[in-house]
Amino acid sequence: MTTAQTSRFDPATLRADFPILAHEVHRGVPLTYLDNAATTHAPRQVLDCIRETMERHYANVHRGIHALSEQSTELYENARGKLRQFFGAEHADEIIFTRGTTESINVVARSWGDANLQQGDEILLTEMEHHANLVPWFQAAERTGAKVRCVPITDDGELDMDEFAKMLSPKTKVVGVVAISNVLGTINPLETIVAAARKVGAIVVVDGAQQAPHQRVNLAELDVDFYAASGHKMLGPSGIGILYGKRGLLRDMPPFLGGGAMIRRVTTEGFEAAEPPARFEAGTPPIVAAIALGATVDYLAQINMDAVEEHERTLANLAQEKLLALGGIRVLGPTADKKVGIVSFVVDGVHAHDVAQRLDKHGVAVRAGHHCTMPLHKRLGVAASSRASFYVYNTVEDVDRLVAGVEETQKFFRRGK
Amino acid sequence: MNEEEIYREHVLDHYEDPFQKGECPGVTHAHQDDNPLCGDVVRMELRIDEDGKIADAWFDGTGCCISQASASMLTETIQGKTVDEAKEFAADHMLELFGARLTPNRQKCCLLSWRVLQTALFSPKDGEANGG
Ligand SMILES: Cc1ncc(COP(=O)(O)O)c(C=O)c1O
Repeated sequence: MTTAQTSRFDPATLRADFPILAHEVHRGVPLTYLDNAATTHAPRQVLDCIRETMERHYANVHRGIHALSEQSTELYENARGKLRQFFGAEHADEIIFTRGTTESINVVARSWGDANLQQGDEILLTEMEHHANLVPWFQAAERTGAKVRCVPITDDGELDMDEFAKMLSPKTKVVGVVAISNVLGTINPLETIVAAARKVGAIVVVDGAQQAPHQRVNLAELDVDFYAASGHKMLGPSGIGILYGKRGLLRDMPPFLGGGAMIRRVTTEGFEAAEPPARFEAGTPPIVAAIALGATVDYLAQINMDAVEEHERTLANLAQEKLLALGGIRVLGPTADKKVGIVSFVVDGVHAHDVAQRLDKHGVAVRAGHHCTMPLHKRLGVAASSRASFYVYNTVEDVDRLVAGVEETQKFFRRGK
Repeated sequence: MNEEEIYREHVLDHYEDPFQKGECPGVTHAHQDDNPLCGDVVRMELRIDEDGKIADAWFDGTGCCISQASASMLTETIQGKTVDEAKEFAADHMLELFGARLTPNRQKCCLLSWRVLQTALFSPKDGEANGG
């Protein structure tokens, strides 16, 4: 029995797929990459797909009659099909390629929001939202006169579902919620939220940026209206993500960006919009990135998303346990069984930036700051935190290097005290 | 860059045992600002005399080692200088004073107190809106 094996796949073997992990960040110091909630690294299979697409099949999509254009169009649409399957959506035309979670939510707020919101309406968000699921709604509120309200969290870092029930009313037109918090790691009860929203006739917009990489998702079963995710957080390239929208909703929505590809017909008087998904993919899309995202979900599916979740939970549990055992450390968020893959912490007496700077010396990459969640940090009463976030290629040794680094940091800043 | 250099002995000394941290007696000029990205806060309080000299300089604040140590160094440097000399003290001088080489992200931490000082020089206490 090997001690390093924490799950159904062997991360040590898997690491060979990720060229960047073999590099030293400082001379003689290997990389311990624990900033996966910010962005992730791509396996050789995805990198090969990018190269092969550009070397052999690249042309613009949906335009040419020539062979290369036919090939790239086919690859692009195949990728859409793979994403449909990965996310368990019913129809491929419910998957829109965007630049990522941020753009996806902006499309919903601009298109669905502007067409459906008015004075007196409420947009119900939560205190643990990433700025990407707050700012577009504040902007929509400014344009339409609707009001944004935020459901508080409990001291344990979970959504206060009693408050949610109280704040939800027939005035609520949108419920926007992060599936998994990028700071607390909290897994939110989407089924309960969707069922409650249905009763008041509100749509549910889910920020899946931290769920899509780490948990099996079945959108048809979840029955959410919109779902946003980013490719770069799930082993894919940056600049590509998806917006899932229910077919019926997308068909009734006006386009947001205008230009080529999103039209059926243009005259000197005006235009007729194309059907979804093209309606929401104006201009030349990130063709190669979209095709590579298809290869990315193939890779993840082959590892198996249940195994991925299990592996990350094991590592995060271990990290949380060992960090707390050091003493003088506050871990943000709920107990390990209620979260996945993320351990945010505050070291008593040491600012998060100094923690991250010191850890970097040991080759350990963590994020420090407010992680685009200023309201949440205000609620938690800390200006900034350090965050270790795990993924498929992380190992028990990575956890040990993190903990050793934090221990050294504590000693370093306690000198003379 | 060798990170070891960032937390040089003199940086840690200023962080642990800062120069004139607290309230400035007889303060005439003051300003406070923060770096919303990381939550660092620095306040500068000055007593500028009739000859245009910074007779006394104090700072206060919370935040990372770089932001607080640099505030302490700056306070010590401008103590006794004229207002004109303080105005001429440019961002580059501040980074030089700090000593250790900083990445662009951490330069922001180091320059917070310098920004606050430059505004404080133009901010008579009477005119300060609710304490900055
Ligand atoms: C929960 C959450 N939502 C949204 C985003 C924004 O994603 P992107 O920057 O890829 O648009 C992130 C990542 O930073 C996130 O963690």
